[in-house]
Amino acid sequence: MEYILIIISAVFVNNIVLAQFLGICPFLGVSGKVSTALGMSGAVMFVMTLATIATYLIQVYILVPFDITFLQTITYILVIASLVQMVEIILKKISPALYQSLGVFLPLITTNCAILGVALLVMQKEFNLVQGVIYAIGNSIGFALALIVFAGIREQLDLMHIPKGMKGVPVSLVVAGILALAFMGFAGIVK
Amino acid sequence: MNQWRNFNKGFLRENPVFVLVLGMCPALATTTTAINGMGMGLATTFVLFMSNLVISIFAGFIPDKVRIPAFIVIIASFVTIVDLVMGAYFNTPGPQGEPSLYDQLGIFIPLIVVNCIVLGRAEAFASKNKIVSSVIDGLGIGLGFTFALVLLGATREILGNGSIFGLSFIQGDGILVFVLAPGAFIALGYLTALIIRLKKS
Repeated sequence: MEYILIIISAVFVNNIVLAQFLGICPFLGVSGKVSTALGMSGAVMFVMTLATIATYLIQVYILVPFDITFLQTITYILVIASLVQMVEIILKKISPALYQSLGVFLPLITTNCAILGVALLVMQKEFNLVQGVIYAIGNSIGFALALIVFAGIREQLDLMHIPKGMKGVPVSLVVAGILALAFMGFAGIVK
Repeated sequence: MNQWRNFNKGFLRENPVFVLVLGMCPALATTTTAINGMGMGLATTFVLFMSNLVISIFAGFIPDKVRIPAFIVIIASFVTIVDLVMGAYFNTPGPQGEPSLYDQLGIFIPLIVVNCIVLGRAEAFASKNKIVSSVIDGLGIGLGFTFALVLLGATREILGNGSIFGLSFIQGDGILVFVLAPGAFIALGYLTALIIRLKKS
């Protein structure tokens, strides 16, 4: 039950993009088409879960015992960057099909603040490893949901007549705001 | 004159938030008030200034292949410095028990390290230019980012709270939605449209 609550809270109530403002760059950047949005969400889901496990283990078994938690930011970003590289190399070798669909999105993920943000939030909320992994999966589902819904809206938006000054980024932001307003309706389901 | 142009491009011509659409996460998340926006902006400016300085000095010594990881380590070091300094000096709660600036910015201080503006300037400018112009570029872009954050923070604070820099000028509540998440997107959307219009004329 506890795990279901973590997932519902991460997907709907505190949606990572629309309520916590993490991962806005890919949210605005790759949401032009539903198919690219799906690829990006898959890559984020994969890396976010792995990165949370890796950073958790490093925090508990290296940073805390040696009392060097002030190196948290530097260690985490290096771990995530090398993890992304490693995933890219391994995928290329063992699953060329998966690499074809996720490959182009992987380099973009290193500077995606959602990955580092979730790793830091797991530490801040003092989750254990299982809760942390569930939280990461929940957040990546939330990211996928927001990205795919937004991509769907933007595909429709391209067909609409939009005032010249609002075209492009401004109208996307206003639509994202209205989407965030809709997600606020979930507030209060879980504390 | 050339350096002056280099400095002031960050405000309007190449404003990181309104024109280049970079660094959106902190721009949306930390601008509930003008003061918070300014705190975040100045913290980012410091990191940009220092990382541009160090990267322009060492760019010649860093092998091309490990360029990006080396830049990230340099940036992360300065972000850690900012994090520790803010934790020490900006961590006192307000008079009515409101959370301190450090608590309000929260995880967005360590997240400066993945702010695309900082790595973007390191890669596109500091690694290719001399020390003086790199430093001026960092300062200009950083202050342009601060300007955008203060503008957005002030707009949201005026509409949402009826106050500016903490000085309240109306009785009762404002339009609360502008302090919450949806208001951030909507306010930034309209401000971007306005800035693009101003830039054209």
